[in-house]
Amino acid sequence: MRGAGCGVRGAMTGTVPLSAYLILSAALFAIGVIGVVIRRNALIIFMAIELMLNAVNLTFVAFSKFLGSMDGQIIVFFVMAVAAAEVALGLAIIIALYRNKESVNVDDINLLKG
Amino acid sequence: MIWLIPVIPLVGSLVVGLMGRSMRRGSVAAIACGAASLALLVSLASFWRLLSLPPDARVLRHSLGSWIASGDFSVAFGFLFDPLSATMALVVTGVGLLIHVYSIGYMGEDRDYHRFFSLLNLFLAEMLVLVLADNYLLLFLGWEGVGLCSYLLIAFWFERPAAASAGTKAFLVNRIGDAAVVVAMIWMILLFGTLDFQTIFTGAPATLSHGSLAASVLSLLLFAGAVGKSAQLPLYVWLPDAMEGPTPVSALIHAATMVTAGVYMVARSAPLFQLAPVSLEIVAWVGGITALYAASIALVQTDIKRIIAYSTISQLGYMFLGLGVGAYAAGIFHLMTHAFFKALLFLAAGSVIHALAGEQDLRRMGGLRRSLRVTAGCFLVGALANAGIIPFAGFWSKDEILLAAYASGHRLLWIVGALTAAGTGFYMFRLYFLAFEGESRLTPEAASHLHESPWSMRLPLVLLALGSATVGFFGIPPESGVFHRFLGPSFPVSGHEGGSAPSPSGIGLALAALVMAGAGILMAFRYYLRDPKKPEALAERYPTLYRILVHKYWVDELYDDLVVRPTMAGARFVSASFDAGLVDGAVNGIGSLLGRAGALLRRLQTGHVPAYVLSILVGAVVLLGYLAFHGWRSTG
Repeated sequence: MRGAGCGVRGAMTGTVPLSAYLILSAALFAIGVIGVVIRRNALIIFMAIELMLNAVNLTFVAFSKFLGSMDGQIIVFFVMAVAAAEVALGLAIIIALYRNKESVNVDDINLLKG
Repeated sequence: MIWLIPVIPLVGSLVVGLMGRSMRRGSVAAIACGAASLALLVSLASFWRLLSLPPDARVLRHSLGSWIASGDFSVAFGFLFDPLSATMALVVTGVGLLIHVYSIGYMGEDRDYHRFFSLLNLFLAEMLVLVLADNYLLLFLGWEGVGLCSYLLIAFWFERPAAASAGTKAFLVNRIGDAAVVVAMIWMILLFGTLDFQTIFTGAPATLSHGSLAASVLSLLLFAGAVGKSAQLPLYVWLPDAMEGPTPVSALIHAATMVTAGVYMVARSAPLFQLAPVSLEIVAWVGGITALYAASIALVQTDIKRIIAYSTISQLGYMFLGLGVGAYAAGIFHLMTHAFFKALLFLAAGSVIHALAGEQDLRRMGGLRRSLRVTAGCFLVGALANAGIIPFAGFWSKDEILLAAYASGHRLLWIVGALTAAGTGFYMFRLYFLAFEGESRLTPEAASHLHESPWSMRLPLVLLALGSATVGFFGIPPESGVFHRFLGPSFPVSGHEGGSAPSPSGIGLALAALVMAGAGILMAFRYYLRDPKKPEALAERYPTLYRILVHKYWVDELYDDLVVRPTMAGARFVSASFDAGLVDGAVNGIGSLLGRAGALLRRLQTGHVPAYVLSILVGAVVLLGYLAFHGWRSTG
């Protein structure tokens, strides 16, 4: 697999450096985390989680390109497949929740309160 | 072969107890009585073998193997058959068998027939273990066994509260003495390193010097056990209450098993007591005082069985008096004759109670001789024997004890014993006259039920009456009769038991005691037969004395106030303070502590998803921070 790339240095020279990808990815991840923590709407929280997943995906792709290895990109496909399944399930849960509680505000959902 | 003697009744007890429920009554009785008679046959066979040996070598031993082996200390399931054990085994199995046969008729209508016979057999087995053991621990096994059986049998009709509490009382009072025996055994292990009779008795004179404090205390501890088991002052209170059991049980407890255990144990430990003159003195005095004390209570009781019960306590007192003055053979001789006439008296009383459908009050009897001829005749023989009238069995054994007391210099004890003899004559014949002679005072209900008992009850009565009349002849002449020569090797020789021919003064003393007993009988005749109004007049003339006797010196009330109530109050206090406060407090405290901790911790479970996410985030940041810092430290 290493042979598939045309040299580590060559891939990066003259283009955007790895650190830029990583910084962007970290920023996206942080936005996602903040979204999960401060937002109350379940749908928004869900979207924020997707944002975090995709920030991680970006990191994977960047390292894959940087290291000339396909492993990271393969994992990204897995993540996307799992995320799709998760969206299907999560949206179904949110719809069920709305039918029962007439609300998607997570403050109203505290059945597990001890 | 001797190990079979206790094992046969034990097997009988197990068979009847476990399978008796589905058996017919006839087979239950056949197995139980068969076990008792087999035990008697084996005892007789062993007895013949013993007799075939020269007098000095008359000891049979058999060990069933080791029971406890711990370091240097070991106890065997060992049985010993020497003249003393042989006498006891024959009395226990012989009288026991007759009581078994009697129970066939007496308990015929009881619904727990098999339970009764199973316990009866077990009682016999435990008593035989007790008398045949060759060490103190095995003796103690039988000792506790008869205690257990007496509890179970006294409380046989456990639906009746009086019977249940009488059983408990017997068990608890016996525990007091048993505790002393346990202490004595532990001490013996420390002193001798063993509990084997032979080793202890041969080693005792070297280990404990004559008259030493240790010997006195050790023998007194053993005697304390005997006081509990043999119902002497001050632990006699359980025996009169034990009358709540069925009458055959009373007969068994009083004649063959249980109460004789204490006398046997003291006699068996004679070599130890011989080292402690103080203990012997105490034994003699406790016996003498108990004899007089119990006889005085018996003078005024109105329950037919209770009178006989106090009579037993009194006669046991005689036995201890005999042992205490060193006349061991005389004490055991009296034990044997007493077994016959006391079993006879109880069984005859049982026959009366049976005939009157449960009536036990003398004031509602009278004139029974006309309808219960056999019972009345047998009872008369028993009463004469108990009162010590020549030539019945009680005369020979009792007067021998009195003679020994006099000969050993205990003049005062002789007077106590002679007074008791007068009392015995009075209460025995008061009982006889009130029950069997004079006008009938029966309730119409009892009168219509009146009938002579079946043959299974009359046969033991007749046999025991024959025994009561004749067993005394084994003891002629006093102190050197057949019985004493047979029993002699079992006991240490004490100074004054020389086997001398009856001296003129001895005959005079015997006559004096006889006259005392005769006077008692005559008084009973005058007061209860010729002039039935007189006892009431007498009771009115000495009201204080009468009240003291009727209330049995208030000893039960005294114990109730001194022991029972404080114990109960203490128990209640402990249960309220210690148990409810400390024990329950600790348990509840731990419970509520955990509950409060849980209540505190449950606040973490807010049910708020964002809060959980935040805590995950914080955790992740901390973890990452730590790893980053740690990584920097280790690489840097």
